[in-house]
Amino acid sequence: MAPARRLTSLQVAGFVADGVLRFDGIVPRAVGDAALAELAAGGPPSPFGADPASPANAWPGRPLAGLFRDWPALAAVIELPAVAAVIESLIGPAPIYDHHYTHVIAPRQEWSQPWHADAILDPRRAAFDIQLCFFFHDTPREMGGTMVLPGSHLRRVNEAAIARYQNFVGQQAMACPAGSLLVCHHGIWHCGQPNRTDRSRTMFKLRLNPSVPQRLLWDTSDLRDPRIGRILSRDHLWYGHEVRLEIANRIRLWRALTGDPGFDVDRWLTRLENEPR
Amino acid sequence: MPKQKLLVLYAASSSPDSPVGAWSVFDGTGRERHMAGDQDEPPYSSVLAAMRDGWRVIQLPPLQAAAPGAEHETAFLPYEFVLEKLVES
Repeated sequence: MAPARRLTSLQVAGFVADGVLRFDGIVPRAVGDAALAELAAGGPPSPFGADPASPANAWPGRPLAGLFRDWPALAAVIELPAVAAVIESLIGPAPIYDHHYTHVIAPRQEWSQPWHADAILDPRRAAFDIQLCFFFHDTPREMGGTMVLPGSHLRRVNEAAIARYQNFVGQQAMACPAGSLLVCHHGIWHCGQPNRTDRSRTMFKLRLNPSVPQRLLWDTSDLRDPRIGRILSRDHLWYGHEVRLEIANRIRLWRALTGDPGFDVDRWLTRLENEPR
Repeated sequence: MPKQKLLVLYAASSSPDSPVGAWSVFDGTGRERHMAGDQDEPPYSSVLAAMRDGWRVIQLPPLQAAAPGAEHETAFLPYEFVLEKLVES
């Protein structure tokens, strides 16, 4: 199969600004149904909370390629050209498996998971992991699904320290058609939403680490598109007047991703760096 | 006996009349149960609007200088106003 086109600079700028990218229906129905069947049959064991003797404990830190070979449908999902292109665009050609987990929310589960960021407070600035959240079946709003807070990914909080917050202007629930993918920066604030239907909800999450510097890994033919500055300047509204700090931090990440230390938007960093001697 | 209901509003700035960007409700009477993602619109446009509806402010966010070397760090929402109502239960 021919490789799919990698992400554009506009899409990657959107990821830098929002911390998420959404791809509705990127997984064909038949492939997604087969993946769901594998998960329903027990799927590959997750290293998260696995027995120390489980083979799953040997997966984290290994190259992703080939790990899912005994689960051909899930392997097919990960190797879909369009999915592989997203992965390569953000973390490079040889991703490292971190962990996966199959979130199954029971029917009539009325409780919402509190807002949190995964893992622990991550001080990295120039590198990031991605989390792929696959929704293989139709997920209407009454079924959840995962709620994310665009623009939260660069804020440094530790796990559920944000659990006091309940609602934000601009929060987005992943209500989507079957075969959809939400790609998240590791720092995104999120929470699993209640499932008010009579069917269980399944979301397959896969966290990947980069093995190469994350620099110009996408299709850079539009790297000078003037819309990039506007995208990086998005105001998600919920953080009030801290928007300019958010933009400054996005500019720093964009500089790292592009290798362009002089990139700026509205001179936010340039004027701070002007210290004539 | 009256029980406490808390409304936590996260404002755009330190001013109580600035727009609300996030909010939480904790109902000590047990009549309402709120959780993450359960409302799309804030209950009030500002802290001041909530005060006009009878909510009493019991915490103003302190104004804190940025930590040297971390002036651009962002984390928690800085302008957290805590309001209460006492409700007969």
